[in-house]
Amino acid sequence: MRKALLAASTALLLAAGPAAAQQKTIKIGFVSTFSGPTAVIGNDMRNSFELALDHMGRKMGGIPVEVIYEDDGQKPDVGKQKTEKLIESDKVDFIAGYIWSNVLLASLKPIVDSKTFLVISNAGPSQVAGEMCSPTVFSTSWNNDQTPQAMGTYMNQKGVKSVFLIGPNYAAGKDMLAGVASTFKGKVIGQELTTWPSQLDFSAELAKAKASGAEAVFVFYPGAAGVQFLNQYAAAGLKGTIPLYTAFTIDELSLPLQKENAIGVPGAQEWVNDLPNEQNKKFVADYRKKYTGLRPTYYGAQSYDAAQLINSAVVLTKGKLDDKVAVQKAMEKADFKSVRGGFKFGPNHVPIQNFYLQDVVKDADGQLSLKTVATIVKDNQDIHFSKCSMK
Amino acid sequence: MTLFIEQCLNGLQFGLLLFLLAAGLTLVFGIMDLVNLAHGSLYMIGAYFAATFAAWTGSFVLGAVLALVATLLVGMVVEVVAMRRLYGRDHIDHVLATFGLILFFDESVRLIWGPAGLSLPLPPWLSQPVQILPGVFYSGYRLAIIVVTLLVAGFLYVLVMRTRIGMLIRAGASNREMVGALGVNIKLLYTLVFGLGAALAGFAGLMQAPILTVQIGMGENIVILAFVITVIGGVGSIRGALVAAIFVGFIDTLGRAFFPDLLRMILSKEAAATAAPALSSMLIYLLMAIVLVVKPEGLFSAGQK
Amino acid sequence: MTAQLTPRNIAIFVLLAALVLLPLYTGLSGNRFMLTLFTRIVILALAAVSLNLMLGYGGMMSFGHAAYLGIGGYAVGILAHEGIASGFVQWPAALAASALFALVIGALSLRTRGVYFIMITFAFAQMAYYICAGIARYGGDDGLTIYKRSEFVAPVNLSNKVQFYYICLALLLAAIYLVWRLVNSRFGMVIQGARSNDVRMRAIGFPTYRYKLVCFVVAGTLCGLSGALLANHNDFVSPSIMYWTRSGDLIIMVVLGGMGTLFGPVFGAVALLVFEELLPTLIKLLGTPMFGEQAARASEYWQIVMGPLLLLVVLFARGGIDGLLRKLSKERA
Repeated sequence: MRKALLAASTALLLAAGPAAAQQKTIKIGFVSTFSGPTAVIGNDMRNSFELALDHMGRKMGGIPVEVIYEDDGQKPDVGKQKTEKLIESDKVDFIAGYIWSNVLLASLKPIVDSKTFLVISNAGPSQVAGEMCSPTVFSTSWNNDQTPQAMGTYMNQKGVKSVFLIGPNYAAGKDMLAGVASTFKGKVIGQELTTWPSQLDFSAELAKAKASGAEAVFVFYPGAAGVQFLNQYAAAGLKGTIPLYTAFTIDELSLPLQKENAIGVPGAQEWVNDLPNEQNKKFVADYRKKYTGLRPTYYGAQSYDAAQLINSAVVLTKGKLDDKVAVQKAMEKADFKSVRGGFKFGPNHVPIQNFYLQDVVKDADGQLSLKTVATIVKDNQDIHFSKCSMK
Repeated sequence: MTLFIEQCLNGLQFGLLLFLLAAGLTLVFGIMDLVNLAHGSLYMIGAYFAATFAAWTGSFVLGAVLALVATLLVGMVVEVVAMRRLYGRDHIDHVLATFGLILFFDESVRLIWGPAGLSLPLPPWLSQPVQILPGVFYSGYRLAIIVVTLLVAGFLYVLVMRTRIGMLIRAGASNREMVGALGVNIKLLYTLVFGLGAALAGFAGLMQAPILTVQIGMGENIVILAFVITVIGGVGSIRGALVAAIFVGFIDTLGRAFFPDLLRMILSKEAAATAAPALSSMLIYLLMAIVLVVKPEGLFSAGQK
Repeated sequence: MTAQLTPRNIAIFVLLAALVLLPLYTGLSGNRFMLTLFTRIVILALAAVSLNLMLGYGGMMSFGHAAYLGIGGYAVGILAHEGIASGFVQWPAALAASALFALVIGALSLRTRGVYFIMITFAFAQMAYYICAGIARYGGDDGLTIYKRSEFVAPVNLSNKVQFYYICLALLLAAIYLVWRLVNSRFGMVIQGARSNDVRMRAIGFPTYRYKLVCFVVAGTLCGLSGALLANHNDFVSPSIMYWTRSGDLIIMVVLGGMGTLFGPVFGAVALLVFEELLPTLIKLLGTPMFGEQAARASEYWQIVMGPLLLLVVLFARGGIDGLLRKLSKERA
């Protein structure tokens, strides 16, 4: 045993060679969607990641950083190919990004097998928080069901008695609807899953929701589908008659297209642009300065935190990334100033965090923007961590 | 019952919208024997033009009219530059070349208008729900779509059945060589027909724009349905396209509305939740396969192809 | 087939030599991704070869060929999910399932012709797509991760990348050989005769429907094999493996390489997939002087080049790559 250890450590030393002390560059692969209708989300993530690098002087622990952005086209098989390319051809030290749960699930195997460090900055399939958790996999977002659970709690507070659920038919959509149903104490009268991402006309589903007699409707539609849903909800005359509750449906990207139709529609979120902490103020202000006309979203905030998390680990280990255990320990400390205020990981590397109620208001410039109204739940932990054995 | 009426209206509206797309497709198909996958790109461009012009002029109707003219022109340019060279070629060449055009249009739109998509807000007089029966409200705009598309269908009927151009179109659909032999300027006729098809597609796009947002690739899924309709109805037959479009609209909407409940009776709740949206999307293709197995040339075949 | 030193034969020889020697290069250079990329190319080339049999030689324009990729892939994925890892069960199951599917679809589709044939094959492929997307047990739309590749007896290990590559390559060459034998047999003559004049072939007394159906089934089965390989290669299978654009990709490969030629589909697959991989980088390199920092983003617009290129190939290079090579050969001769 001792001999083996010795041999292993010598081999490690030899392999690492003169660079053992420090690497020449930190290579990060970033997988997101940069083409198709959801490219706006990918762009927001990239913008925020780039901004974080600017704030760090494009160096981590004094070592220059190189980021390779890859487009998954919102397709699981393409995402997996790009991930393999990053690992095998570019030999990156970290991989970050992933908007879509199904793309992430398809890409996970090569990442875990190669023990590459992964920082998920949006997708949150329940498997990754539970049985498929891994020492090298971290999340700066949430688990899919946490946000809708918060919404369910809020609906209880509002005294809603019955609800109709609508969402897209893919991994996250199912997680979201299950999430709201798990905390909502009233009756779930009906549930509709729609073809994702191709179905954009929700007339049949809206008619059913209306006919069901439910007191409220809960919906999850990220990206452009959220715009269509809200606009059709208003056009069908449902807005104002049946209250709508949402998760990940209204954000700074969809708001300019949803306009008045989004006013008065509550949503739950772990980050809102007006959270009162210094890092967040700097993030939001510099983002709006650097990318004129654009505003950061929670996708961006999570990506900004992902860059900070990677940076903190590089600084703590002084750039010695070959020692995987040390890097893992450093990542687990999450020693950085999150734009969400505090930041800490649960045992499954998913953050334990607050969820806020957000609303749409007209801001000082007369533009529609999102605003924190209340804290729905504090230090919320996902319900899957007990299934995680961290092997 | 009100739910059923509402779903039928939804189906009718969707079907009529599909008819606009399918009519252009079946004309081009029937007369020039051209399979144009890029028809959906014209639908997209119509929507983008409408959103842009409506924002410039500040008027929905004016924007729509300008967009219609602009799409007509784009269609005629595309015909002269690219499509004209494809007549008489194999269908496989058409599929490939127009697939290339889709890529080109999608990326051009992304370069010009950016990836974020646009919205086309409705004027207030169109965005109010309308009372259709006592106590039953329906989206006013969707009703407007039904009325306007019916008018367009009537206009097409008159154009094709009662005018000289229509006579040539009908003649072209059943026997192309003959029309040329009669000394008609075939080139000009083709350009006009393609432009008309493009304008119809663009019209469908701009009508749909306020319901759906204007975005890249918006035409790709819907144009597949338009193809299905063209084939079910029989290539070249406008009447066939109308019948098939309403059929497909109904099946798609009613399938989505009532199929899940049916499935829940035979499957577990979990399995039904996943299966229902997938299987109801499948119904249309099932319909097409059945029609083609029984009538290999569609319901109302126009020519002898 | 006497081997002459024509540019076409030289190109085929160079291509094959490169494919055979590729693992040597990736082993020496340490670029494992090249091996991963080319394994995918070889597998899709096999699918293109199968499509070419019916499209190029048989004149049957199937717009739903990706369905067999999915059926082969799901046969492997579902069995693996149910704990049956043996390749001796999985692969025959993949072949049998795709053959059966092809038999049913072929029997119905071959009643139609022209554009109706295109659309009915497309309809069946869409149905297969939606059925797979609807099965919650096997992941629905999200697909199925395959944790263990097909197991065979001792020395054969599909998880070994080099070994897996050579298995795929061997199967590709075997498929090309099979197509060559078929095409040059009496069966192949009838099929090609029916492509150019179906009525005449029937008048001579050949039941062309049956011949075409056999061709349809052979092509479907071969593509099912490709699907089984692809599922193993990806360690993952989802409905998107048989989305209609994938059928389009296969047609592009066949036409780009040269319809109705033995090695055309292989040329097409290599050209298309390598091009797709290189074009963004190429734009980045060329774009840097023009766009500067924006070049990285400009490379995302690579399809704006790809689209018109496709149009140009259709308009001006009808025989595809093989046609160009043949033209070169003639000029020499």
